[in-house]
Amino acid sequence: MAVFGTEVDRPLYGRGPSPGLRFTIYALLSVVLMYYDQHGQWEQRLRFALQAAAYPVQVAVNSPSSAWRTLTSRFEGQAELRAENELLRARERELELQVMRASALEQENAELRQLRDGLPPLIKSWQLAEVINVETNPLRQRIVINKGTRDGVHVNQAVVDGSGVLGQVARVGPWSAEVILVTDPEHAIPVAVVRNALRSIAIGSGNSGELLLPYLAVNSDVKGGDLLVSSGLGGVFPAGLPVARISGVRRESNQLLAQVRAQPLAHVDHDREVILLQFEPSHPDAPAPNPPIAPVPAAPAKPPPKIPDGEQ
Amino acid sequence: MSDRHLGVTIYLTAIIALVLTVLPLPTWFAIVRPQFLVLTVLYWSTMRPRSGGLFLGWSSGLALDVFQGPLLGEHALALAFTTYLAIRLNLLVRAKPLFEQSLFVFAALMGYEFLLWVIDGWSGHPLSTPARWVHTLTGGLIWPLVVGVMGRFDDSR
Repeated sequence: MAVFGTEVDRPLYGRGPSPGLRFTIYALLSVVLMYYDQHGQWEQRLRFALQAAAYPVQVAVNSPSSAWRTLTSRFEGQAELRAENELLRARERELELQVMRASALEQENAELRQLRDGLPPLIKSWQLAEVINVETNPLRQRIVINKGTRDGVHVNQAVVDGSGVLGQVARVGPWSAEVILVTDPEHAIPVAVVRNALRSIAIGSGNSGELLLPYLAVNSDVKGGDLLVSSGLGGVFPAGLPVARISGVRRESNQLLAQVRAQPLAHVDHDREVILLQFEPSHPDAPAPNPPIAPVPAAPAKPPPKIPDGEQ
Repeated sequence: MSDRHLGVTIYLTAIIALVLTVLPLPTWFAIVRPQFLVLTVLYWSTMRPRSGGLFLGWSSGLALDVFQGPLLGEHALALAFTTYLAIRLNLLVRAKPLFEQSLFVFAALMGYEFLLWVIDGWSGHPLSTPARWVHTLTGGLIWPLVVGVMGRFDDSR
């Protein structure tokens, strides 16, 4: 039996289409796929199905390391657990104090904005997802998580960890989703410096410990240690989520732009669990959905109103 | 070896190579990691040009697209092209000693990566870090090893 044309005795030439013809067919098929991946709609469904098919492999690839983690956590000693518990309790107390202060500030903020009632919480809901595959190389900084459309995950959903913005969902399958990290060279996030509200864009460097801010003028007011938060532009992240801290600024007198680098606050390369956020759309800080960039239609979108025929 | 047996072997090795390709590794290992799936496809298309065939190359490329392609069909096209070259030149390459085969493999991988680079640029995902070319070198270097290991699977040779 031949598995997809794998016959030992098949002559290279003579029977069936020649290799050149078959290559042309496959090449055309690839080009059609690429075209529709760039422009089409039905491709989404094909992607979705392929994402689902890839899921078992991703889980299998990750299973040795996750099995090891399960094993080590099972044999963790009581003393270690107690120490960890102690640490978590201290952290919780700290956070409680912060929250107490934060709710007072929120109330004050609402009054300043002359809102009669307090604002709804910005984060409507969140869910935890486990990282099942990591890709951190200079070309791609992505993670795959074990939540998909069945858990309500959608493309462009914001992903954070306990310390800052991690990235956004790039593709979803039924049970898994691919998250593009802020450090991916194809990712850009609109940010603002907390100290002076200076806005810019932070671009991934391909290195999991670094973001680049290439669009700041030489004389712009940034310095090492400045905290960057998301600015709320761009329609994915709300205003005010911590993103990164400036780690270095280099100004050269013969260049118009400063070379600014920042270190992401999220633990980009060793997160095992991430948080998917869902925002309350009525909150003023929530990301405003971007109007989709549609090509300008050649013909008017709406048919011109019909002039009712007069009765004759 | 029967047709069926060989077909199963080919797709089994391809799946193992795919797993090795998507296995999460620390950054520096990930850069120097050879493209195992491409090497496997090259092996089958040079050593057994009638068995693997273009379908193997194309479908393996599609699998790579699903796991790491910005665009569906990109790796499929590049790998189908590389497979086609390997099938056409198989007699020339097979007769050479391993060292020279390594040079051919290096050239094939460069062509493969170049196609990807061009398509990346056209489709708006331009990434020109030198790191993307590193795997061509390591791929050429481990070719003798690939031949050795695959020869074990391919028992009639």
